[in-house]
Amino acid sequence: MSAATVTLYVPRDSAAIALGANEVAAAIAAEAQQRRVDIAIVRNGSRGMFWLEPLVEVETAQGRMAYGPVDLADVPGLFDAAFHQGGAHPLARGLTEEIPYLKHQERLTFARVGITDPLSLADYLAHEGYVGLQRAIAMSAEAIVQEVLDSGLRGRGGAAFPTGIKWKTVASAQAPQKYIVCNADEGDSGTFSDRMVMEDDPFVLIEGMTIAGLAVGATQGYIYVRSEYPHAIAALDQAVATAGQHGYLGDNILGSGKAFRLEVRMGAGAYICGEETALLESLEGKRGVVRAKPPLPALQGLFGKPTVINNVISLATVPIVLARGAAFYKNYGVGRSHGTLPFQLAGNVKQGGLVEKAFGLTLRQLLQDFGGGTASGRPIRAVQVGGPLGAYMPQQQLDTPLDYEAFAAIGAMVGHGGMVVFDDGVDMAQQARYAMAFCAIESCGKCTPCRIGSTRGVEVIDKIIANKDGKDSRPQQVHLLRDLCDTMLNGSLCAMGGLTPYPVLSALNHFPEDFGVPT
Amino acid sequence: MNRQQPFDVGAVKDVIAARRHMPGAMLPILHGIQDAVGFVPADAVPMIADALNVSRAEVHGVLSFYHHFRQQPAGKHVVQICRAEACQSVGSEALAKHAEQAIGCAFHETTADGQFTLEPVYCLGLCSCGPNVVVDGELHARVGAAKLDRLLQAKRGAP
Repeated sequence: MSAATVTLYVPRDSAAIALGANEVAAAIAAEAQQRRVDIAIVRNGSRGMFWLEPLVEVETAQGRMAYGPVDLADVPGLFDAAFHQGGAHPLARGLTEEIPYLKHQERLTFARVGITDPLSLADYLAHEGYVGLQRAIAMSAEAIVQEVLDSGLRGRGGAAFPTGIKWKTVASAQAPQKYIVCNADEGDSGTFSDRMVMEDDPFVLIEGMTIAGLAVGATQGYIYVRSEYPHAIAALDQAVATAGQHGYLGDNILGSGKAFRLEVRMGAGAYICGEETALLESLEGKRGVVRAKPPLPALQGLFGKPTVINNVISLATVPIVLARGAAFYKNYGVGRSHGTLPFQLAGNVKQGGLVEKAFGLTLRQLLQDFGGGTASGRPIRAVQVGGPLGAYMPQQQLDTPLDYEAFAAIGAMVGHGGMVVFDDGVDMAQQARYAMAFCAIESCGKCTPCRIGSTRGVEVIDKIIANKDGKDSRPQQVHLLRDLCDTMLNGSLCAMGGLTPYPVLSALNHFPEDFGVPT
Repeated sequence: MNRQQPFDVGAVKDVIAARRHMPGAMLPILHGIQDAVGFVPADAVPMIADALNVSRAEVHGVLSFYHHFRQQPAGKHVVQICRAEACQSVGSEALAKHAEQAIGCAFHETTADGQFTLEPVYCLGLCSCGPNVVVDGELHARVGAAKLDRLLQAKRGAP
């Protein structure tokens, strides 16, 4: 590489790949060679602006310049415009950091994502990587737990249980072996922040789990990744190996005398394994059947031993909490929702992607200011927040602030921060039916309200839909549906059966016209 | 078991031997077998049961619980279409209907000539750029009917 070598960035994130990033990278390399332009291509993570992917960035004296979305056919034209020197072109987006979508975010957990080469430990270290672990090693285990407790960090997988309390329970349990398990079974439609961390900044997750191990006295960790995420698994496997080679994992972490080993395990296409006890069963080699609680996994978790089981984002946020201190993190957010959440704009949205913001902005701000409305250009009719078990929110609820308590107060949930936008073409009775049908496909079968209730739910909604124009048994069927939802809500063992009524009832309550019943 | 498909018994034995001592070895073994021979043959079930000291029923229970594991070989090409909410919001149900027509079989089925297996998938984590499709393990985003036809045509022409 000479001094004149230009560094170009083409993301390796699987969403960018699905949009042609590999082909674009190859075409740029070939074109550069042909034109004798000296370039080096770094396969970085995605900036999370998926409507601009594949987003090619060029390193310039002013900073990185963005060009996107780049199609294969655009590559010769980009060279004609000397994009490798930051030249003007219709696809030019200016300095990446100045793109409003990115500029107006508060990226803490995602601080490095899109900037670094995800598989380069050197790049990770050059961007504040392992500062948190260095600090944790110098602290007592109790002090690490206290720091996480003081940060106000709550479980980002959806349940929002305080992470520090979970850790404290495991730390005070006495056992010869304890485990750290990362729940990377991100099965909710409309969510991809876990996937992005794993593919685009895997070391941050490894660092977070290592800190968790030091805090609670666990020496073995497992990352349970869904089989639908092969790119994430490959990135993690490589990062775990690299971390091991450099003393960041193993029997003597950074010479501290403390051990922490990590293994990546692949799920097998069962949505229910995102439920923590079903996940533990699956890791043990069994059917992913939900366990009754108590005992809590914190006391009797994996192989019956005390286990911290946290979501990817929770664990990936721990390094910055340790690096910058609890107060720094806690100062973001509102009420009891401290810190930031990487929100995910998905579905029928013009500018879909990842938006990390402090809690407190409204759903409408997120959808309009960042999302830019629907992709179809038609009005937004409903937004499902928090995955397949989250409520459908109508226009009149879009001014709700994104904060755990505000959402709970209106019978909705922030969950994992994923939001799926639907335009006015959506049939909400069909969406309600789908919620029940999905529950029927994915129920583990252990408890009756979920296993049978979901099937009965599909049947009842089918009757409501079929009777739309016929003679009217709908009020009776709707009564039955509400009764069924009540049973599922109160009688199910876990959130699968217990929350499936959320999308169903919210659809029925906010969009009764789609069910042929009076508003 | 009737109509048992032939498979490489040695490869299955190798996987079991290499992974039987892992904690919670069942899923890693099933993955290994499927990766090696394309599916998990019924004859592998007693071999796994024997190695892990569990009953055949337990192995079968795990094998049949998870959507990812195949008990029969798939077609030459596997097409998976995301049918979850985010893709629904941008027309994946219409794409799913088109796929059944274009491929010539229903979901969870393989075409009579063994060329294609069509499957649903519930979320690939590409929810900002749906409808999303996987063809032989390769991800494709923003797939409409025309793009799906091109992807299928490329596979039909493939050796």
